[in-house]
Amino acid sequence: MNTNQSVKILKEKKDAILELWTAKQKAEDSYFNADDQKEDSEDFAASFLNALSDSTVEDQNSKGFDKVKETLLGISVSRAKRGFSPRETGTYLLSFKEALLEVLSNEFNDPAVLYAESLKISKIIDNMTILTFEGYIKGREDIISRQTDEITEISTPVIQVWDGVVALPIIGTLDSARTQVVMENLLQQIVDTGSTIAILDISGVPAVDSLVAQHLIKTVSATRLLGAECIISGIRPEIAQIIVHLGIDLSNIITKSTLASALQTAFGMLKLEVNKKGKFINN
Amino acid sequence: MDRIPILKMGDFLLVTIQVDLYDQLAENLETDLVNAVKKHNSKGVLIDISSVSIIDSFMGRILGNIGAMSRIMGAQSVIVGMQPAVAMTLVELGLTLTGVATALNVEKGMELLRSKILLSDGQSDDDDDNDTE
Repeated sequence: MNTNQSVKILKEKKDAILELWTAKQKAEDSYFNADDQKEDSEDFAASFLNALSDSTVEDQNSKGFDKVKETLLGISVSRAKRGFSPRETGTYLLSFKEALLEVLSNEFNDPAVLYAESLKISKIIDNMTILTFEGYIKGREDIISRQTDEITEISTPVIQVWDGVVALPIIGTLDSARTQVVMENLLQQIVDTGSTIAILDISGVPAVDSLVAQHLIKTVSATRLLGAECIISGIRPEIAQIIVHLGIDLSNIITKSTLASALQTAFGMLKLEVNKKGKFINN
Repeated sequence: MDRIPILKMGDFLLVTIQVDLYDQLAENLETDLVNAVKKHNSKGVLIDISSVSIIDSFMGRILGNIGAMSRIMGAQSVIVGMQPAVAMTLVELGLTLTGVATALNVEKGMELLRSKILLSDGQSDDDDDNDTE
């Protein structure tokens, strides 16, 4: 009978709850924008009160709340994407609980009954608050995984700089996983474009240790197996020092200090020549 | 028993491997090829492995052997059309096939073979074991 009552009260007082909730949100959040969240709040309150019934109020894990949880997850993910902190989303939902409890406390006179009813409502909302954190993390993880994919994709661009010459500027640290991607992309491009010379530019690689050098040597060997020649360019003075100090042997690999000189070497290997236009054309 | 066909094209021998090689087949190819070089007095051997998707360490060694054998018999050899995945596997296995010339496709391989033969003819018996130029 009691449960009936509190469910009934809450359902009847829907408008009052919404009003109270909005007021509480305003009090807690100085950047609060009523219009911005009105729709979300109304959606959630409506679906929550709809789901609330004699059977669901007793069990926080009831199937009846599935739809509410779905709405809540949507709100949480969208808030995460808009840059809300998980704490803000958490307080957002907890202020809803406060609104519910306030309405209940106005209706029940017996403290024992009020306590029992409040506990039930609290349990449900607390459970949902935890869910918002999950939603928040999920929203963030989506962003992270998308960015990771993007970074891997944009970090290994193979550029065709001339007919028969491809260049691959490597930016960032080279680890085993990345070398694998770099090597795969480079070899595939060599085969696709039928290029005989590949230029590997490492001016964007912050540090070279023996492992990175090993990766570079592997890449060069693989391109040679395909029947193309590989030139490593962009060797900065510090890197040259490190390579010699580490005792890494790059003597059977063509190395150049700049991409320009590597391209020049490539032209030489392809028996191409770059000439200035004759004076009579310029003037 | 299966054998891989060896085609004679003028001074060159052309071997196109269309199936995945197993050990016996590869050993036969090695023997057949040196015999063919002797028989036709060939100056160049071109091996096309563009349809081979698996090369293990044994196969890698056989390819190296073929290169070395034909060289001491006075013929240049070029391996063409290696798949990227195969190249990566060989490198991981530590088989960089130094001393074996490679080219991207048959056309470029032929070109390389011709230039190598011109080079070795021009400079008498001067051995050159450089790979691609």
